[in-house]
Amino acid sequence: MPQSSRWGRKQTLPLRARIIRSIRDFFEERGFLQVETPSRIPAPAPEPYIDALPSRDWYLQTSPELAMKRLLAVGHERIFQICHCWRDEERGRFHLPEFTLLEWYRTGADYTHLMTDCEELLRSVAAAVPGSARISFQGTEVDLAQPAERLSVREAFRRYTPLSAEEALRCDRFDELMAVEIEPRLGIGQPTILYDYPAARGALARRKSDDPGVAERFELYLCGVELANAFSELTDPTEQEERFRLDREERRLAGKDPYPLPRPFLDDLKTLPPCAGIALGVDRLVMLLLDLPSIDQAVAFTPEEL
Amino acid sequence: MYTSADLRKGLKITLDNEPYLVTSFDFTKPGKGQALYRTKMKNMITGTTLDRTYRSGESFEPANLEDRSMTYLYKEDTHYTFMDSQTFDQVSMDESALGDSKFFLIDNMQVEVLLYREKAIGVNLPNFVNLRVTATEPWAKGDTSGSDSKPATVETGYTLRVPPFIEEGELIVIDTRTGEYSTRVKG
Repeated sequence: MPQSSRWGRKQTLPLRARIIRSIRDFFEERGFLQVETPSRIPAPAPEPYIDALPSRDWYLQTSPELAMKRLLAVGHERIFQICHCWRDEERGRFHLPEFTLLEWYRTGADYTHLMTDCEELLRSVAAAVPGSARISFQGTEVDLAQPAERLSVREAFRRYTPLSAEEALRCDRFDELMAVEIEPRLGIGQPTILYDYPAARGALARRKSDDPGVAERFELYLCGVELANAFSELTDPTEQEERFRLDREERRLAGKDPYPLPRPFLDDLKTLPPCAGIALGVDRLVMLLLDLPSIDQAVAFTPEEL
Repeated sequence: MYTSADLRKGLKITLDNEPYLVTSFDFTKPGKGQALYRTKMKNMITGTTLDRTYRSGESFEPANLEDRSMTYLYKEDTHYTFMDSQTFDQVSMDESALGDSKFFLIDNMQVEVLLYREKAIGVNLPNFVNLRVTATEPWAKGDTSGSDSKPATVETGYTLRVPPFIEEGELIVIDTRTGEYSTRVKG
């Protein structure tokens, strides 16, 4: 396959650089401040299924989210960052253990503002590379000029699986049905925004005020590939600490490092205004826009080549 | 022991006491969810395939297969016997485990015998083997049918297509990887 050769990638890297430049232009035109936060941190967010790589007695970040929210807490209103993140043992056609993440945050906003940001960002970047809103990824087409389909997690389970989202959680089949039955059907023809996750899968998202069983979280899909994860951020320090304790307990029971509590983050939550934030996989975006067969062709080197 | 994170195409593991080769592998992980390792595997003895999906942290016993250099000795009924020329240990294998390899074995040929828990489960042959043609139609000189090959049978009972000029009693070279005619042995 020519794309998998080193030569094929020599042609890809200039296009990747243009995609990243157009992302920066998009945010700077909208008044976002580009920030940089440390990659090596003492306490990652204790998520049950995301494992950080240790770096001496600290860790390499799995996401810059805690540091970025601390910047909002001291008064920054719109910020973005493009940085490397590391997640242990994640390697596959769409996964690299070291990858490039774009995160952006807005104060005075909720996840619906980020849905619009996503639609506009995709159109703006696709206009730069490949130059058309209609893209084709490995034989599947999606038109980025179309508004994204908004599909709730409950409706997705009703439509595509034999179980409801609640039943799937109870019998521990939520992730399997999501990966095997739901995700491949999302983002075909038009982008899909899958929204309102069961509170148990809310991570750092706030609960919906009129439906506390779900959290204001969404994921963006193109051509069956998950591209971004967004929250109306949880700003209640007590509820956040309680969720961290539960997640750390879950990690401990699974025989994993529970990580220390990120105490300065919890302290800063007290002054965090209402806000929303999102993380988008840049390598996956490059792969989709350039129709590359896997994430491997979107980066200069894979770990196996080092 | 291997864990889920070691799974990849080409890995050999033991399942239900039999060796399996991972023939296809896919890592998926829905956002913030648990990792799933989806595999297709081939039983290295029977050749049957199956699909299995694993979660992170599962463990697998490696299938320790040993390649040993051995000499083919003889065939008795449907059993083929090989000998380790260093230790003089002998192993035998049923023709069902050999598949088409049985057609390319010649007395005293050096082969690699694949062993799983001391049991022979297959052989790796040299890439080329010389076999004598025992039956083929003579080349009709005036044949204008345009056919550029004809059937032939070799000493092991194997039949294949050969060029029209090959005659009975000739020695030909067969590529054991494809089972096809390669060239004739002159002399």
